[in-house]
Amino acid sequence: MSTWERFLDTFFNAKVMARYLPDILSGVVVTIELAVLIVISGLAAGLALALLRSLGVRPLNWLIVFVVDLFRSLPPLVIIVLMYFGLPAAGLSPSGFVSTWLSLAFVLMAFSEEIFWAGITSIPKGQWEASRSTGLSYGQTLMNVVLPQALRLTIPPLTNRTIAITKGTALGTVVAVTEILGQASSAVSNSYNPSPLMMGAAAYIVLFFPVVVAGRWIETKFAWKR
Amino acid sequence: MIQSFFNAEIAAAAMPIVLDGLLNTILLSLLVVPLGLLGGLILALLASVRHPLVRWPLMAWVDFFRAFPPLVLLVLLFAGLPFAGLELGGFACVAIAFFLNTGAYYGEILRAGIDSVPSGQIEAARSTGLSRLQSMAYVVLPQAVRNVLPDLMSNTLEVVKLTSLGSVVAVPELLFQARQAQSVTYNPTPIVMAAVIYFLILWPLVRLLSRLENRALAARR
Repeated sequence: MSTWERFLDTFFNAKVMARYLPDILSGVVVTIELAVLIVISGLAAGLALALLRSLGVRPLNWLIVFVVDLFRSLPPLVIIVLMYFGLPAAGLSPSGFVSTWLSLAFVLMAFSEEIFWAGITSIPKGQWEASRSTGLSYGQTLMNVVLPQALRLTIPPLTNRTIAITKGTALGTVVAVTEILGQASSAVSNSYNPSPLMMGAAAYIVLFFPVVVAGRWIETKFAWKR
Repeated sequence: MIQSFFNAEIAAAAMPIVLDGLLNTILLSLLVVPLGLLGGLILALLASVRHPLVRWPLMAWVDFFRAFPPLVLLVLLFAGLPFAGLELGGFACVAIAFFLNTGAYYGEILRAGIDSVPSGQIEAARSTGLSRLQSMAYVVLPQAVRNVLPDLMSNTLEVVKLTSLGSVVAVPELLFQARQAQSVTYNPTPIVMAAVIYFLILWPLVRLLSRLENRALAARR
């Protein structure tokens, strides 16, 4: 066997790949589920916090800023580990899936709140005053005047952040979530062959490469021309 | 509650182990941040060669590593390479993975910075007799770095946080040490300690960044 053949036989072993393909695919499903949950709940919570903050209640805003800062400065893996290994001591035992979902959703919430808030504050005060004086209520002003302008501004930074945090689903493997990396790792130790890991890597590329390219496109499409 | 999360006895016992981890996290950061910056600088300088044969493969390279979760890259190096007869150890794997992953991010930022410097600057520098390399080093890069400083800092924050991945490949950094202490004591206090340490160290940077970002987004209008 030549070196090249031996390389192929080790890293791209067809038999091993065929055997573990179903595992990897089920991992893909879990990764997608996690990612969708994180994006929806994280962005929704972030927007909700930013709207709460726009009410201008002082003590509430300090609390929001503190929570945001907290989840921006803690490494996501630390939050996941703390939830999974720490909470049982308080009588709560979230599964690895739930720990990973909540942790990354909190992180996305923190980052997106900052971005949404920056977007809202970038709308000049005159816009608020003008719409309120035309008889729109606070809520109407927010929904129909401020947010449409603010959201457009937040799309490029939000896209990048969301992609970066969603990739963190791989961290779930540390707390036994059966997502792609978890499935691939256990397949490697069962088969003594790295081919499943190569499949897992390929799966990540197939999933995330189009997202990154789309993100790049969105970034230029919504960028403000200076 | 206090007994399990803020246990003073266990905190005292775990302190030396956790501080050891903190030291390693600092050392690791001092290694991987310059390494990532170096990788990014190489990519950004290559990107300033505006030939399509350079630009497209470069863009694909950067997007590839932006799409690839850093933990997957790390595990691939750590668990995959030994099958090719190459056993690198956790520390070296972290260094390589960070060079590739964070290099791609730093590269994007620096490229945007270089693009933001008007081409008249290069023309002026070249016409005063500076070589291409000199005008890049003395005229373009200083302005480029200043223009994207908030982004560079924000990425550096992410890189420092990312060093916690080292715990997965047995690099004895802060999280790894805390987990060791936790598994010995059956008490989550050491992990809480690690979290508090991360927060105390990184909070000032987060505060500063959030100010800079607010200003940047507001100025974009």
